[in-house]
Amino acid sequence: MQTVKMVVTGPFNAGKTQFIQSVSEIDVVATERKISSTEERSTKPATTVAMDFGRITVDGDLVLYLFGTPGQKRFDFMWEILSEGMLGFIVMVDSTRPETFREARSILETFRAYAPTPFVVAANKQDIEDAWELEDMRHALRLDKETKLLPCVATDRDMVKTVLLELLYCILKDMESAK
Amino acid sequence: MALHGNLRDFTITQLLNLIILASKTGTLIVDGISEQAYISFREGKLAYVRIGKEDGSLAAVLHKANKINVNQYRAIADRAGQMTDKELGLLLVNAGYVTREDILLNLQGYFTEMVHRLFTWVEGIFRFENEMLPPGDKINIRLDLENIIIEGSRQLHELDQLQDEIPSLDMALKFTERPLTHVNLSVEEWKVVKFVDPKNTMRQIAGTNKLTEIEIRRIVYGLLQAGLVELVRPAGAPGQQNPKMFPVQGKEERKSMINKLIGRIRTI
Repeated sequence: MQTVKMVVTGPFNAGKTQFIQSVSEIDVVATERKISSTEERSTKPATTVAMDFGRITVDGDLVLYLFGTPGQKRFDFMWEILSEGMLGFIVMVDSTRPETFREARSILETFRAYAPTPFVVAANKQDIEDAWELEDMRHALRLDKETKLLPCVATDRDMVKTVLLELLYCILKDMESAK
Repeated sequence: MALHGNLRDFTITQLLNLIILASKTGTLIVDGISEQAYISFREGKLAYVRIGKEDGSLAAVLHKANKINVNQYRAIADRAGQMTDKELGLLLVNAGYVTREDILLNLQGYFTEMVHRLFTWVEGIFRFENEMLPPGDKINIRLDLENIIIEGSRQLHELDQLQDEIPSLDMALKFTERPLTHVNLSVEEWKVVKFVDPKNTMRQIAGTNKLTEIEIRRIVYGLLQAGLVELVRPAGAPGQQNPKMFPVQGKEERKSMINKLIGRIRTI
């Protein structure tokens, strides 16, 4: 059995667990704990502390694993471990919470520094009226024109599939352009 | 879908940078603690600024700049109450009191001063209204804000925030398409700019220039904010061929594996 992995990262409550849940063929193995911080608890009741884990079986020989990282910076020791050997990564950003954009930028730069693997950015919650426009997010997240910034609703399987496919197209393009 | 948020999360320099990069037209409204500011833009250039109840009329600006004396200012205020700034400007130019350049330069100076004042605002709510154009009865200018943004970025001293913005000094820098002309950089900034090249990491640039980590971060942050450079992986760094990424060897086998993944995900 051959396995490959992709990492889904992003700030706290960006929708990483839901993203994986939408396409995983198994219930996401989530390592969630009740939130102790009052401020964070007002956003959601539980959070990922180690990783989320989803699976997509391609055939009898090949399996894709999706790993979701914990969002809070105090768990960043997990990020490098999870990023090892990944095919690529997805940075999830909550389009309705500009207060998390700085952190998203920081996470993105941290992951880029870990590994020279392709990545895409998924602008989650684009179905909500309050969401920032993609072009504004591109500038706020300081993404260059070549970086794919994709609209996403983590509960919508088709949109999640599109994000995964776009990342795979990036990986393929990188391979083709490599010497 | 509006551009909105809190100044605790987005500084004024970051907002101005975003508006310039997106070449936006409209008005940024900032509700500060005690005042409200309106900053209008046309295609990413500053057009007009008003803060609170500050008298930003043309007459007041020219008086403050000693282009008209106090008696002239009072006379204008008394007699030209119904006159727009545009009409007043035309009248003053035709009467030979000031030149068109005087008016534009003094308005630029006044608006720049207003923007500098905004840099001290750290609390407040902002929103950008695309539909709210610069006021038609006021004289609009077209001012590039790159230099003002660089000045504003120099004020960021918080190490934590700088580390968030630039987490790794092992990344390199490259120039964006924005030209460096007409940008007022300090000597320290020029020293860094001289070494901007995807081959050089920020750590190497800092070492060459004997800059501390916080110094290089602060300089790079200013250059990033002004949209002059972007972060890239250093050229010559190990490529993506991390053996752990793929369980198979050979380019064709790897491509075939990715194509299988694509095929599978399409069918979910």
